[in-house]
Amino acid sequence: MATPKPRVKVPKSASAGEVITIKTLISHNMESGQRKDKDGNVIPRQIINKFSCEFNGKPVFGCDIAPAISANPYFEFSAKVMESGSFTFTWVDDNGETYSHEQAIEVK
Amino acid sequence: MQVTRRQALGLSAGAVALVAFGPGLNAARADAAATDKSLMEFTGGKAPATGRITLNAPEIAENGNTVPISVSVESDMTDASYVESVVVLAEGNPNPSVATFHFTPMSGEASATTRMRLAGTQNVIAIAKMNDGSVFMDKKLVKVTIGGCGG
Repeated sequence: MATPKPRVKVPKSASAGEVITIKTLISHNMESGQRKDKDGNVIPRQIINKFSCEFNGKPVFGCDIAPAISANPYFEFSAKVMESGSFTFTWVDDNGETYSHEQAIEVK
Repeated sequence: MQVTRRQALGLSAGAVALVAFGPGLNAARADAAATDKSLMEFTGGKAPATGRITLNAPEIAENGNTVPISVSVESDMTDASYVESVVVLAEGNPNPSVATFHFTPMSGEASATTRMRLAGTQNVIAIAKMNDGSVFMDKKLVKVTIGGCGG
């Protein structure tokens, strides 16, 4: 599988105290561990099991993920921004790898 | 080993039952009891009240591989009163747990949208836990045309 590629949508600017909507997507097969290959062997589970979003180091949103989340997991959630800073998004894979993405926002 | 007539009959009946129900009814499917168990683990034994939480899911999902769902909870989301977490469960999936969302006062709003897999027509349940320990639940029946668990 190709390296999972995160895609994140955060507004470029917002006013202080505004609640903004953040959309995130990461390309990942999310192999559930329920499927079988041609020979009837179970394909081992490999999913992204955790997602978290932090703003300037403080947690904003997090998610524990089970195999029942679709391939290319998509999350839409909101955040309240009081000052300029950057969002850090982290995805944790079953194989121990983490993928992260950073996006800045300017608060006027 | 000698097989009595009774044993032979029992065995073949079992085999017939397996063949008949095997492909349709997933043997590993979670039942309502397993869902209740994970529900109780989350709420700490409390019975959830209705209201405040809204689960949005399509009435009919054509493809069980990607069913869009969203949850939102009425809350001020201040330091004094906010939604701690929301758990989503699917009664009829091989494993009832779907996702647990964790919110903080910095979330601004306790709402989240994602896409999930559904093995078949079943109830999807969302339970919200507030920071004061109270729990709220919403339930939606989703009809699935093509199941999304493969295999």
